[in-house]
Amino acid sequence: MTGEAYWLPVIFILLMGLAILIYAVLDGFDLGVGILMPMDNPEARHLMIASIGPFWDANETWLVLAVGLLLIAFPSAHSQVLGYLYLPAFFLLLGLILRGVAFDFRAKAHAAFQQRWDLCFKSGSVIAALSQGYMLGIYVTGFEGGWLSVAFGLLSAVCVTAAYAFIGACWLVRKTEGELQLWAAKRAKLTAVWMMIGIASVSLVNPMMSPEVFDKWFTLPQAFLLLLIPFICAVLFTVFFIYLAQFPYKGDFGSWVPFACAVGIFVLCFQALAYSYFPYVVPGQVTVWEAASAPESLKFILYGALVVLPAIVIYTVFVYRVFGGKAQSLSYD
Amino acid sequence: MPDVFMLSRIQFAANITFHILFPTITIALCWLLLFFKLRHNKTGNQAWLDAYRFWVKVFALSFALGVVSGITMSFQFGTNWPGYMETVGNIAGPLLGYEVLTAFFLEATFLGIMLYGSGRVSNRLHTIATALVAVGTSLSAFWILSLNSWMQTPAGFEMRDGVAYPVNWWAIIFNPSMPYRVTHMLLASGLTASFFVAGISAYRLLKGDLSDEVRVSLKTGVYLAALLIPLQIFAGDLHGLNTFKHQPAKVAAMEGVWETEAGAPLQLFALPNSETRRNDYSLSIPRGASWILTHSPDGEIRGLNEFEGEHPPVAPVFWAFRVMVGIGLLMLLVSWSCSWQVWRRGQPGALWLKALVMMTFSGWLATVAGWYVTEIGRQPFMVYGLVKTADLVTDTASGNVLFTAVTYVTVYLVLIVAFLHTLFYLARKAVPKAAEPANAKLTGVTS
Ligand code: HDD
Ligand code: HEM
Ligand code: HEM
Repeated sequence: MTGEAYWLPVIFILLMGLAILIYAVLDGFDLGVGILMPMDNPEARHLMIASIGPFWDANETWLVLAVGLLLIAFPSAHSQVLGYLYLPAFFLLLGLILRGVAFDFRAKAHAAFQQRWDLCFKSGSVIAALSQGYMLGIYVTGFEGGWLSVAFGLLSAVCVTAAYAFIGACWLVRKTEGELQLWAAKRAKLTAVWMMIGIASVSLVNPMMSPEVFDKWFTLPQAFLLLLIPFICAVLFTVFFIYLAQFPYKGDFGSWVPFACAVGIFVLCFQALAYSYFPYVVPGQVTVWEAASAPESLKFILYGALVVLPAIVIYTVFVYRVFGGKAQSLSYD
Repeated sequence: MPDVFMLSRIQFAANITFHILFPTITIALCWLLLFFKLRHNKTGNQAWLDAYRFWVKVFALSFALGVVSGITMSFQFGTNWPGYMETVGNIAGPLLGYEVLTAFFLEATFLGIMLYGSGRVSNRLHTIATALVAVGTSLSAFWILSLNSWMQTPAGFEMRDGVAYPVNWWAIIFNPSMPYRVTHMLLASGLTASFFVAGISAYRLLKGDLSDEVRVSLKTGVYLAALLIPLQIFAGDLHGLNTFKHQPAKVAAMEGVWETEAGAPLQLFALPNSETRRNDYSLSIPRGASWILTHSPDGEIRGLNEFEGEHPPVAPVFWAFRVMVGIGLLMLLVSWSCSWQVWRRGQPGALWLKALVMMTFSGWLATVAGWYVTEIGRQPFMVYGLVKTADLVTDTASGNVLFTAVTYVTVYLVLIVAFLHTLFYLARKAVPKAAEPANAKLTGVTS
C-alpha cells in the first residue's frame, strides 16, 4: 500500500489519538473534580464547580470529536467497537448525561434540590469514569471475553477513576486556595498511589496477554529507547511527591507543578498504549487500513480539519487564559 | 420479547425526539439573546440587559440538555445502526465531521465566555462571543440538516459493491431537498423560541410582574412570531411541492391518497385504514389536494397502491402532518391577534395572555410532528430508494437493547419534568423582585 491510501488512515489515527489524549487530560480533570466532591461540604462543592464551570462543555466536545473521528474515518471499527461495548458505552452516556445536566440544574433549581443535583453530578462523574476505564480494559484485552478480561476491565475501571481523581486534585491545587487547596493536595497524594498501581498492572498485564505487544517492547535495540517512557514517568512522580511533601509554599509558589506532572504522566501512558497497539484499531483484528473510509471522503474532511483544528487550539488557549487564576464564584452577570 | 429492530427504532426515535427539543430552542434563542444584547448596547436601557440575564439562564439549561443528548446520538449510529455507516459512511461521515469541527467547538468554547465571562472580558468581546455561539448553533443545524436531506433525496454519489462513494461534494451537500429543509427548520426554531419567550413572559405578566423586562421580551416574542409564521407557511408549501417531486409515496401518505387520482380531495379529517386500504370517516374538500400540490384542480396524484410494500405506515404520517399544519394555523391566529393588541394597547388582553401561555410549547409539538412526517414518511428506507432501515440494524442481544431503550426513555422523561419545573421556578423567582417596585408604582406607595 502506498500514497494516499496509506497515509490518510495514518493521519486520521494520529488525529484521533490526539483527540483522545486531549479529552483524557481536559475532561479528566473535570471528571476528577466531580469524583472528589465532598457531599458534606456545600461551600467546597460550590468552589470546585466554579473551578471547572467555564471549561467542562468544551472539554467534553473532545470526546465528540474523538468518537466522531472514529465514526468518520474508521466506520466499520466504530460499529464493531461500540457493538462489543454496547452496555459499558450506555453507562458512559448515562453518566455523562447525569453530570452534564446536573451541572446546569444545580445553579438554577430551588435550593432544596441543590444537594440532590450535586449528588447526581458526583455519581455521574464516577459512573462515566468507571465505564471509560472498563471500556479501556476490555479494549486492551482485545475483546476476548471470559472472566480474565472482565477482571482486567474492573481493575482498569478503578485505576482510570483514580487517575481522573488524581488529575482533578492537581487541578484543584492550582485553582483553589486555603483549606480546600490543602485538602486537594492530600487527595492528590492518595490518588497518585492508586494511579501508580494502575500503571504498573497495565504494564505487566499488557505484554503478558499479547505476545505481539511483548515483542514490540522487549526486542533490542528499541527496548532501550522505550525504557525512557517508564523512566520519565518515575521522574515525574518523584517531582510530584517532593513538591507536595513541603506543601503549601509562600505566595502559592509552583502550584501548577502537580498539574503539569499529571499531564506529563497522562501523555506518557497514552504514548505507551498507542505504541503497543498501532496499527490496529480493533486490537489484533482490524488495522487502520482495513477499517478506513474511502480516500476521497478522508481527503474532504482533512481540508476542513487542517483549517479548523489550529483555530480551535488557539481559542482554547485563549479561553483558558480568560478564566485563568484562582476560581471565583460563578455568576451569569 | 420485541425484536432488536423495533427496539432500536424506538430507542433512536426517543433519543432524537428528545435531542431536537433543545437545539430547536437554542438555535434561535441565541440570536434573540444577541438581539437583546445589541439593543442594550445601543439604548443603554436596563430592561434589555435584564431580559438577557433571564434568558441566558434558560439558554444555558437548554444547551446542556442539547449537548448531553447529542453525544448520545453520535454513539447510537455505531451501537444500533452499524450497517448505516458501513454502507453510507463515506458520505455521512464527513458531513457529521464538519458539524463537529465547525460548529460544536465554536459553541462549546465561546459558550464559557458568553455565560460566565461578562465580568472578565470587555463588553465588546462578550457581544462577539454571543454572536459566535449563535453562528455556531446555526452552522451545526446546517450540516446535520444537509445530511438528513441527503438521506431523503440522495445525490452526488455512486454505489460500488453495495457501498456509497462520493462523486461530487457540492451535489451531496446541496442536494435537492436541502434548501427547503434548512429554511423550514430554521424558521421552526425561530417560531419555537418566539412562542417560548412570549409564553413565559405572558406567564410572568399574569403573575403580576409588570417590569419593563417582561414587556420587551413579550413584545419581541410576539412580533417575531407574527413575522415568521407567514414565511413558515410559505416555506412549508414549497417544501411539500419539493417532496411531491422526489418522494411521492410520502406525500400520498401525508394526504391519505390510496388510489392514483386526478382531482384528489384534501382530507380535513379521516382515519386511514391500512387493512381495507381506504379512509374511514373522511371529511374532505373536493380536489383540494390536487390544487395544493399541482396548482391545478385536475392534477394527478399517485396513490399509495402504486408503492405497495414500499410506502410508509400511513396513519402516523397523515396525523403528524395535520398536527403540524394545525399548529401552524393556530400560531398565525394567536401571533397576529396579539401583535395587533400589543401595537394598539401595549399589551394583549388577559384571555390572549392565557392563550400565549398555552402556546408556550406549541413550537415543540409542531417541530416534532414535522420530523415524524419526514422520518416516518421515509420508511421503509433509511436512505430513500437506496438502503432499507431493516438491513442496517445491530445484532446485539435484544435484552440489552430493551434495557437501554427503557432506561433512556425513563431518564428523558425525568429530565423533561425537571426542565419544565426549573423553567417555571426561574420565571416565578424572577417575579417578586421585579414586581415590588412596579406594584408600588401602581399603588402610589414609594419605599
Ligand atoms: C414550528 C414548527 C413548524 C410549523 C409551524 C410548520 N412546520 Fe412543517 N416541518 C417542521 C416544522 C414546522 C420541521 C420540524 O422543521 C420539519 C421536519 C423536517 C423539516 O425539514 O422540517 C417539517 C416538515 C414539513 C414537511 C415534510 C417534508 C418532507 O419531509 O419531505 C412539509 C410538507 C411541511 N413541513 C409543510 C408545512 C406546512 C404546509 C406548514 C403550514 C402551516 C408547516 N409545515 C408548519
Ligand atoms: C437531521 C438529523 C437527523 C438524522 C441524520 C436522522 C436520522 C435518522 C435515522 C438514522 C433513523 C433510524 C432509522 C429509522 O428508524 O428510520 C431515524 C429515524 C427516526 N427519526 Fe430521524 N434523523 C434526524 C432528525 C430527526 C428529528 C429531529 C426527529 C424528531 C424530532 C426525528 C425523528 C425520527 C423518528 C421518529 C424516527 C423513527 C422512524 C421509524 O422508525 O419509523 N429525526 N432518523
Ligand atoms: C442524528 C442526528 C444528530 C446527531 C448525531 C447529533 C449530535 C449532536 C451532538 C454530539 C451534540 C453535542 C455537541 C457538543 O458537545 O456541543 C449536539 C448538539 C447540538 N445539535 Fe445535534 N445531533 C443530531 C441532530 C440534530 C438536529 C436535527 C439538529 C437541528 C436541526 C441539531 C442541532 C444541534 C445543536 C444546535 C446542538 C448544540 C447544543 C444545543 O443547542 O442544544 N442536532 N448534537
